[in-house]
Amino acid sequence: MAQVSSIANEQTSTPLSSPKTILLRISRYNPEHDESSRFMEFDVPYQRWTTVLEAILEVKKHFDHSVAVRYSCRQATCGSCGMIINGKPRLACFTKISELNSEVVTVEPMNNFPIIRDLAVKFEKLFESHQKIKPYLVRDDTELETDQKEFLQSPEEVEQYIQFANCIKCGLCNSACPTMATDSSFVGPQALAQAYRYVADSRDKGKDSRLKIIDDSHGIWRCHFAGSCSQVCPKGVDPAMGIQLLRGYLLGFRS
Amino acid sequence: MDNENRREGIFGMANPGRFGIERVAYWLMRLSGLGLLAYFVAHIYETSTILRGRAGWDDFLALTQTTEGHIVLAIVIAMCVFHTVNGIRVMLGHGGVGVGKPARPDYPYDPASQNYRHKIGIYSAIILAAIAMMYGLAVMFGE
Repeated sequence: MAQVSSIANEQTSTPLSSPKTILLRISRYNPEHDESSRFMEFDVPYQRWTTVLEAILEVKKHFDHSVAVRYSCRQATCGSCGMIINGKPRLACFTKISELNSEVVTVEPMNNFPIIRDLAVKFEKLFESHQKIKPYLVRDDTELETDQKEFLQSPEEVEQYIQFANCIKCGLCNSACPTMATDSSFVGPQALAQAYRYVADSRDKGKDSRLKIIDDSHGIWRCHFAGSCSQVCPKGVDPAMGIQLLRGYLLGFRS
Repeated sequence: MDNENRREGIFGMANPGRFGIERVAYWLMRLSGLGLLAYFVAHIYETSTILRGRAGWDDFLALTQTTEGHIVLAIVIAMCVFHTVNGIRVMLGHGGVGVGKPARPDYPYDPASQNYRHKIGIYSAIILAAIAMMYGLAVMFGE
């Protein structure tokens, strides 16, 4: 334990050294005692490979440790560090400062999510919507209980949904969605893309029940194909495509 | 902006600046839809003036013969053409036409649903609306 502590001390006492700095503007807001959000500004040194998340952690180490930010894997896999960076929803660990081409980097919490504090937002609604569309393969229990049954698929069948299986539930698509900006009951592009992922899976038998769930006034028909969700997805999921293809099932173009 | 819920509201929905031409089309579609709705209401009122006889009808119609009236009608023509052409594009997209096929994505992940077909559709809607508006202005202001 003492060794871990000394490593931590060593890390916190070694700031990034670089001749290049950016002005990092961090949105600060604590719902418990702030009436409105405000920006705090920090000059942060950076290298060509420095990510926005590393710059925020640099601020936490050397300037203000009270900045609230959620992160985990630092390699665009966990989907924890979604935030608005220079006006667009992005993953902080996947966005290099050098690629933003700006002397000023502004970070804010994601839109269309309640704020916990500063850059951290609540994901309850996203996970509720995700669970609502039954994000698992629906089969008869008897088929699943026997260990002799294999659910084989051709490569062509896998192609139908594998893109949508890349979703990391980061919430960036919901944050970019203009419908979510005005309709708090809208199920959102994340859940709809996942509905398509399972509906298009040849092993699944839950298509009808899923289509019934999303065939709602705040469901799939609220999407107006602005495409912003697909533009911000860091994993290439393309929810806009999934939603339009899903509509094909409801309109009878696909079976 | 609602701070605690971080909801952008109507301005966030309408913000055309961050997400490319698709969001501009989304914004213009709503704006033209509301404009055409307002015109529809005004048009019903206009036709109701016939109940006041020929004089009442002519009085109201005279409003459209002014410079301002011509400009309003030209904007209505543009809104009508844009809403129609872009609406056809969106309906085709909703039917799964032109949105691409699912495939394993390769970095840098250009979304297939935001392809050139839809961009051409959007630019066509804008250009046709501009041409129709200019033609309307030429007819109304031309001698």
